[in-house]
Amino acid sequence: MSEAADTGQVDMHAANIKIFKFQDMVFHKITLLFALIVLAALVGILASLAMEAAPAFKTFGLSFLWSNVWSVPDDEFGALIAIYGTVVTSVIALLIAVPVSFGIALFLTEACPTWLRRPLGTAIELLAGVPSIIYGIWGLFIFAPLFAKYVQPYLQQAFGDVPVLGGLVAGPPIGVGILAASIVLSLMVIPFIASVMRDVFETVPPVLKESAYGVGCTTWEVVWNIVLPYTRVGVIGGIMLGLGRALGETMAVTFVIGNANRIRGSLFAPGNSIASVLANEFGEADPGLHISSLFALGLVLFLITFIVLAISRWLIHRGTRKQGS
Amino acid sequence: MPDHNVQIGEEAVLKIRKLDFFYGDFKGLNNVNLDIARNKVTAFIGPSGCGKSTLLRTFNRMYDLYPGQRAEGEILFNGNNLLDRKQDVNLVRAKIGMVFQKPTPFPMTIYENIAFGVRLYEKLSASEMNDRVEWALNKAALWGEVKDKLQQSGLSLSGGQQQRLCIARAVAVKPEIVLLDEPTSALDPISTAKVEELIDELKLDYTIAIVTHNMQQAARISDYTAFMYLGELIEFGKTDELFVKPRVPQTEDYITGRFG
Amino acid sequence: MNLYTRRLLINRLGIGLSMLAMVFGLVALMWILWILFSKGFSAFSWDFFTQDTPAPGTAGGGLRNAIVGSVMIIGVTTLVSTPIGILAGIYLAEFGTTSKFAATTRFVTDIMLSAPSIVIGLFVYALMVVTLGGFSGWSGSVALSLIAIPVVVRTTENMLRLVPASLREAAFAIGAPHWRVSLSITLRAVKAGVVTGVLLAIARVTGETAPLLFTALNNQFFSTDMSQPMGNLPVVIFQFAMSPYDNWVQLAWGGALLIALLVLGINIGARFLFRQKDKI
Repeated sequence: MSEAADTGQVDMHAANIKIFKFQDMVFHKITLLFALIVLAALVGILASLAMEAAPAFKTFGLSFLWSNVWSVPDDEFGALIAIYGTVVTSVIALLIAVPVSFGIALFLTEACPTWLRRPLGTAIELLAGVPSIIYGIWGLFIFAPLFAKYVQPYLQQAFGDVPVLGGLVAGPPIGVGILAASIVLSLMVIPFIASVMRDVFETVPPVLKESAYGVGCTTWEVVWNIVLPYTRVGVIGGIMLGLGRALGETMAVTFVIGNANRIRGSLFAPGNSIASVLANEFGEADPGLHISSLFALGLVLFLITFIVLAISRWLIHRGTRKQGS
Repeated sequence: MPDHNVQIGEEAVLKIRKLDFFYGDFKGLNNVNLDIARNKVTAFIGPSGCGKSTLLRTFNRMYDLYPGQRAEGEILFNGNNLLDRKQDVNLVRAKIGMVFQKPTPFPMTIYENIAFGVRLYEKLSASEMNDRVEWALNKAALWGEVKDKLQQSGLSLSGGQQQRLCIARAVAVKPEIVLLDEPTSALDPISTAKVEELIDELKLDYTIAIVTHNMQQAARISDYTAFMYLGELIEFGKTDELFVKPRVPQTEDYITGRFG
Repeated sequence: MNLYTRRLLINRLGIGLSMLAMVFGLVALMWILWILFSKGFSAFSWDFFTQDTPAPGTAGGGLRNAIVGSVMIIGVTTLVSTPIGILAGIYLAEFGTTSKFAATTRFVTDIMLSAPSIVIGLFVYALMVVTLGGFSGWSGSVALSLIAIPVVVRTTENMLRLVPASLREAAFAIGAPHWRVSLSITLRAVKAGVVTGVLLAIARVTGETAPLLFTALNNQFFSTDMSQPMGNLPVVIFQFAMSPYDNWVQLAWGGALLIALLVLGINIGARFLFRQKDKI
């Protein structure tokens, strides 16, 4: 290469470097801008909900949170009924979903024949993607009538005379209600929790399990004494994730909860969750206190799920990091 | 006391002076001094973790990618200190190519793998680019094997071919120095032999610095050898001399297989 | 011996219960899908795809306006959320290894992945419907984008993190600027994974109902004007299923099946694509 050609090339390099520096700066700023959009969305959600909810909180004060009146004609609103419905349906849903999900995850990782593992695992994952409106419409038309006809009368027969339990199953067996919503909700979250649990179980190093099998442990003992303690944090994180989903779920609940703004002790009675109140009333609500109270409900729901999801993320993160990279 | 006989009797492309390297608080290199001779092969040997790869990665400032890693001292390349913060790293890297332990073909066609780097710094016509690609592939002794499938994915080649493709890619931008970081450790013996032959050819046009944990390889292909241990340069000299009569006992222990 | 039999018994019981759970889960879910198919399939007809939603009390009708509306709303959602999600994901993977800002963004994205979708509907209502003076297809797309973006961001970032460090280093080693390394090398290396993420995001929003209730609302008539209320499948299913008219309920089942088929189809397609990721 001659001297002249050499310097020519170096000049070209230097010119390119300047362009590169500028392009890299632009690239950095553009991607940063889009990352900011994501962050801004959250701030925007919180700010707009708080702003719209302000009139309700101004009128009712903090007691909005524990007032059990929700009356559109009287323009008087409190969140307790909806919070009660949200929490009770979610908790019952988890009581059903957690053991079933644990069983599914255990079966998939330890007991399932290898050739079935993939298809069954994929089936569970696919089911986690089924839109919740499908669960809702199935719950309304198929599950609720069968529940009213075949399950509720027997539950009443069995527990109706038992002191505390009797109250839980009191009232006409009409199918839709808190319990029906909880069951539909549990079916919806089972695939979520089961796939997280399965993923967490699979992080257990095979060597660890093999050493336990090596001293003569049964499958059950390995799961109970090795896998579960090892993955405890991640498993709880998965459950919290399911709880977060259940709390905010709209469609699977709205169809079957019965939409009644009253708290009754019975699980057979119709009720309302925050999401179902919003879905049913928001479209027809008059501007003013009613709309503002609905926004306040939304804010409460968002804050509850935010906390639950934050804990879940922290736990799952901790649970998977423990195993190292 | 490390051997400080760093001068060589010929023209040096890189002069490394008082080089320290830090991973956070851990000191990975300690006061390294040596010259890299133009159009010669310099090999770096030593046990795992001795800092030989770390040293190689300071030559093209690859450590810049990772926060917390920093180098102090001087690496003079044609009179400029590469470690100077004002020194542009892209320019350095265009002049100092690198080939890695595992083949790293880009996710594009064989042709594009070569052309990608060239286009960054040169505006060539289509026919000039074709010539350049053929030239680079010839340099890497790969042209004959791939000339009919230039439009296939670079990932479709065998491991040894992929590695020669990476060498061709590094050569295509006409660098002055080619850094090889254990280029044959992931290859089978036949591919290894081909790459070694290639290195012998390449030193006619380029300066080569190679890290290897294979002492026989260092002895076979290099003109100069640096033995490193625990982040220090223990001994540096002509390969023939270093392997035949090492001056430092540690070097002798290592090359005779008594440790490492 | 006694102890041993007891241990074996407990083991059998535990494994048996876990199999029961699996069977219970599968049966319940298969039951739902079976009902969906048997009820929904009979609703499919020529009219189903070519007629618009019927007025209350009129016989017949189809879901043409809702199908077209859904396709348009989701199409815009995809166009909006794909670039935003991919670029934000690139930021997190390329520039966000250590910064506090990136860690916060990552945290927020994870929360948004599971945040109640109805609240996002409320937000967009306050943001767009109130300020622009009415429900519209556009606001529906914005609401769905807010749900889709986190999915794309997270899959993009996770995929980019799977790129071997040596490939990135090799790209830097020939002197390529950061943006070329990012767009031409690493992003290209995980193209299949990123497309999978986009497909999963589309599948996710296809069935979302709650955020559309207060944004796109519904439209009984055929309309392709995104600035007006727009018919869409999920809201039509919700309203028709709750209605007293038999033909409406029938259409709701058909719509539900259509959505389920779409979502499952996209999910399976995404999986298939991801398995082919080795090719370029």
